[in-house]
Amino acid sequence: MDEFEVVIIGAGPAGSCAAYRLAREGFNVLLVERANTPGSKNVFGGRIYSYPLTGIFPDFWKEAPIERYVTQENMVFMTESNSVTMKFDSSSPEGVSAQSFTVLREKFDSWLAKKAQDAGALLITGTRVDDLYWENGRIAGIVAGPDTVRGNVVIGADGVVSTFAQKAGLRRELTAKELSVAVKQTIKLPEETIEDRFNLSKREGAAYGFVGYASGYLRGGGFLYTNKDTVSLGVVVSAEDLALRKKEIFEIMEDFKLHPSIQKLVRGGEVIEYSAHMIPEMGINTLPALFKDNFLAVGDAGGLLINHGYTYRGVDLAMISGVSAAEAIVQARQKGDYSKMGLSAYPEILRKKGVMKDMVAFRRTPRFLQNARLFTAYPRMVCDFFDRLYTVDGKGKEKVFDIGKKEILGKVSIFKMLRDMLGGFKSV
Amino acid sequence: MRFLETSPKVKPATDGLKIAVCLKQVPKGEHLQIDPVRKTLKREGVESEINPADRNAVELALQLKDEHGGEIIALSMGPPTFVRSLETAIGMGVDRAVLLSDRALAGSDTSPTSYALAETITRFGRSGLIICGEETSDSSTGHVGPGIAGHLDIPQITYVIDAKVKDGKIIAQRAVEFGFEFWEASLPALLTVKFGCNRPREPTLTRKIKAKRGNVIQIWSARDAALDTSRLGLEGSPTVVSEIETVDLPSRRGEVFTGDTKETVSKLLNRLKESGFIRG
Amino acid sequence: MAEKEYNGIMVFLEHRKNMLRNASIQLVGEGRRLADLLNIELSGALLGKGLVALAQEAIQYGLDKVHLVEHELLRDYAPRPYATALAELVDRRKPEALLFGATMNGREVAGRLHAYIHTGLAADCTAFDVTEDGYIEMIRPAFGGKSLAHILCKKTKPQMASARPNVFPAPEKDVNRKGEIVREMVQLTEKDVDTKCLSVVEYESEAEILSRAEIILSGGYGLKKKENFALLEELAELLHGVVGASRKVVDIGWFPRERQIGQTGKTVRPRLYFAIGISGAVQHLAGMERSEKIVAINSDPSSSIFEIADYGIVGNMLEVLPEMIRQLKEMQQEAGQSSS
Ligand SMILES: Cc1cc2nc3c(=O)[nH]c(=O)nc-3n(C[C@H](O)[C@H](O)[C@H](O)COP(=O)(O)OP(=O)(O)OC[C@H]3O[C@@H](n4cnc5c(N)ncnc54)[C@H](O)[C@@H]3O)c2cc1C
Ligand SMILES: Cc1cc2nc3c(=O)[nH]c(=O)nc-3n(C[C@H](O)[C@H](O)[C@H](O)COP(=O)(O)OP(=O)(O)OC[C@H]3O[C@@H](n4cnc5c(N)ncnc54)[C@H](O)[C@@H]3O)c2cc1C
Ligand SMILES: Nc1ncnc2c1ncn2[C@@H]1O[C@H](COP(=O)(O)O)[C@@H](O)[C@H]1O
Repeated sequence: MDEFEVVIIGAGPAGSCAAYRLAREGFNVLLVERANTPGSKNVFGGRIYSYPLTGIFPDFWKEAPIERYVTQENMVFMTESNSVTMKFDSSSPEGVSAQSFTVLREKFDSWLAKKAQDAGALLITGTRVDDLYWENGRIAGIVAGPDTVRGNVVIGADGVVSTFAQKAGLRRELTAKELSVAVKQTIKLPEETIEDRFNLSKREGAAYGFVGYASGYLRGGGFLYTNKDTVSLGVVVSAEDLALRKKEIFEIMEDFKLHPSIQKLVRGGEVIEYSAHMIPEMGINTLPALFKDNFLAVGDAGGLLINHGYTYRGVDLAMISGVSAAEAIVQARQKGDYSKMGLSAYPEILRKKGVMKDMVAFRRTPRFLQNARLFTAYPRMVCDFFDRLYTVDGKGKEKVFDIGKKEILGKVSIFKMLRDMLGGFKSV
Repeated sequence: MRFLETSPKVKPATDGLKIAVCLKQVPKGEHLQIDPVRKTLKREGVESEINPADRNAVELALQLKDEHGGEIIALSMGPPTFVRSLETAIGMGVDRAVLLSDRALAGSDTSPTSYALAETITRFGRSGLIICGEETSDSSTGHVGPGIAGHLDIPQITYVIDAKVKDGKIIAQRAVEFGFEFWEASLPALLTVKFGCNRPREPTLTRKIKAKRGNVIQIWSARDAALDTSRLGLEGSPTVVSEIETVDLPSRRGEVFTGDTKETVSKLLNRLKESGFIRG
Repeated sequence: MAEKEYNGIMVFLEHRKNMLRNASIQLVGEGRRLADLLNIELSGALLGKGLVALAQEAIQYGLDKVHLVEHELLRDYAPRPYATALAELVDRRKPEALLFGATMNGREVAGRLHAYIHTGLAADCTAFDVTEDGYIEMIRPAFGGKSLAHILCKKTKPQMASARPNVFPAPEKDVNRKGEIVREMVQLTEKDVDTKCLSVVEYESEAEILSRAEIILSGGYGLKKKENFALLEELAELLHGVVGASRKVVDIGWFPRERQIGQTGKTVRPRLYFAIGISGAVQHLAGMERSEKIVAINSDPSSSIFEIADYGIVGNMLEVLPEMIRQLKEMQQEAGQSSS
């Protein structure tokens, strides 16, 4: 039987960063990935925050396959015919000091996995891990097909629907209520066209969040990110709402894509990739236990992702948590103890690196997102408001304040609402 | 037979069957489409894989080894990236592998390719069988297998869908245009295996680990295989490609009817009537 | 000039059951065209035993000459004795070009021979041309049919090529045509016969059905299950067509292998081809793109099969086929009534 000090399931950002860190410490690490090429099956919007990378690979911006640096943030409220866009320009320079950048996961994840490999981790792709291997009631390795491979510690880095966090007994199965469905298209457009349409210069990128019509007024939203010569366009919709309204996510996506505001941006592009994914609506409230004897969960598998309703953030948390888990294992080795006790530094390190703070800051996000009005009434109100504001129909212009009053729906004032939305947006 | 006379560089197998399998790495050939129901499907990117028919060749070799014991050596000729396919072959159960990789080989057509592969196999020592795929999906000539047999002047049976070794002989079922044939030959012999004739086993985790760190894949230069470099590569290739023209499929996209079934069918039948395919 | 030592085009004549194979007849036609362009002789290489009548027939298709190699050990086809005999013949007659039908036997014997005589071999050509300086341009699909490679063999002689069956039209037979039959001796011993055919299981009649059919209805994975081929059979009966299949459905056992159409199956060129629930992978197209008219029925409008279809229906074949059967029956009934 083959034996390793650490066996990592999944070569996503979390698994690869853990493997990289451990291999650098001289650990004998096995990193097992189901896809033939790391990242080829990983669906995501397209933006990564820089700060964790600078800590792990100080020169990342020179070598990582970065598509564009995000210098333009857009928040769009949408009805079938109108849209209102709030735009922030942050012409931050490229390189280390850039806040966030867009990537294509296949390139990015492959790059990270290669880093781990170069550091000495053994990467095996194209193999699906089926089960955990138990010995005397403790996790002692993994099972894949006919084979068992032993490991003193196993890291579950298998992503969001992590079966291994469940198998390890850290987490229960998710219910439909807690799931969203995401679809994404990668649309090819010439580099210059992207720069023209989005008003960007070379290497600059734009990020968009859409609410309202984008998700067919269901809970969820749309997103768009510009890559070098592609655009990632997608929608995320609550699985529960889809079932209730008997809607197909693909129809919503098609409608969204045909919206004039979107057409303006993606017209003439060729769809080169289409993917779909399930995502849990997790927040710190549902955050599972992160580790037990001989086992740690990292990244999405550990529930470390932040849900904004229309977009998700998790790659940065995944990378930090991977490194944190690795550091905890390093300490455990010094103590010669891979039990829960020995690994207990993990949450502490996570806290130190600020992950928990971010998660707690978003503690309320999922509940906030349960509010359907956010996705139905608000976008319409915002659009109607601006529609009135800009309609010149000869009846004389109303005062902004009056329009606002008219558009008040229920007990929410539009200004409060706008502040809500802005607040939600700023934390993206 | 020259094949048996060459001085063995590798110790000959004393028992069981020694099989050399030739495999090539090719770009994934299937026509990719966007399928919204399944997961990620791409048209872009140059993913490569073992030539489909060669996976069937490996599987046939493994089946013969399962029955008779012995050793399987995979051989590939190409750039260092081909190691990946050899790793897959080791993952499936092949014992060891040799990648023949040398700048001098670049641009080889089927003639130097069969020469180089044939010569290299003789360096493995005694082999009972050489197994190739029927053809590759990128060059699809099907001439390399028979070319190797020709160079070594050993029996060949092509387009094989099943084979058994019995009393030092191979009996193989061959699929031809009009049916099947059963052929017999004495060993050593060369087989080419028909794509899809068996279900290649999946590489397993421990075998993949072995492939990565077991020191089971060797990379040989033309010199290691003692090849005559004047017979290799562009220089050693009798043929040259003078031109490559891309063909947009005979794009004849004509009328496509959508909508109500009754109407679309009736429109189609009318067209077929107009062109005289149906009467009435 | 040493070059002139080599002359003429030679075609390998394959036969089975005392008949020339179609691929060889087609090749005689194309060989004739090339020989006329180059103003050189066209000969055939006929190997076997008791084949004088076949040699005559081959001439009637357009040859100037047949090199008849008769030997007891060539009575039954086997790759090594055939390649050995051909090598000897080539050495003696020195043809400038040597053409094979890219049948299974044609390919295996050509592949072996090119290693014997150290010359170039272009596989599975779908077109030929001649260059200004008198070489043969061998044109073949490359990269799964997405492009065409033009191949020249100027360094060595003969220039060898195999040609895909059913691409070149068969020439008319001219019973008045005369040509020379040259008997050739070759040295062969029992030891040259190193493989032996023990038995043959034929389904020739089956396979021939496809190549003769004027209308072919092919089913693919979109048929969802084996049983749905019954719909195709029913439609085929109404249209007087025959049923074929894509590789995928053959691989999973929904339809017999001998009816597979495509790169590794049959190449067909019927007057009318239906692709039903077939996505249009290049390997499938390779076998049917020369059909006169192509009809595609597929539920996915972005399927590439529509790119080469003259007519297409975007729809579920489970709805389209029954409706088509219904309307066809109706038409036939009406026709029957009006004619009675
Ligand atoms: C629609 C959408 C948009 C998003 N947008 C953003 C964004 O813009 N920015 C951002 O930061 N985050 C975003 N996220 C979240 C982000 O994708 C995840 O947080 C991040 O990928 C988590 O990394 P990970 O390494 O934990 O898991 P993953 O990236 O999911 O990696 C898990 C790996 O494990 C492998 N695996 C799974 N099971 C097995 C098995 N049994 N055996 C072997 N291998 C296995 C998988 O193939 C995969 O490679 C988005 C997510 C979605 C769904
Ligand atoms: C070396 C090699 C050689 C090959 N040789 C051949 C060959 O000779 N011949 C060959 O055919 N293939 C060959 N292939 C395989 C080829 O690449 C394709 O995989 C195969 O042709 C696909 O078969 P398909 O179109 O039936 O199936 P799919 O590609 O799965 O397509 C099914 C189609 O049916 C449609 N569909 C689904 N449901 C319905 C419905 N209800 N009504 C209508 N339409 C529906 C779908 O939209 C889809 O377009 C070869 C491959 C390789 C690698
Ligand atoms: N470069 C190569 N390395 C190893 N085997 C090869 C190579 N090229 C061809 N072959 C073998 O020869 C068979 C026929 O290839 P081809 O003649 O190129 O269609 C393949 O299926 C392989 O088994």
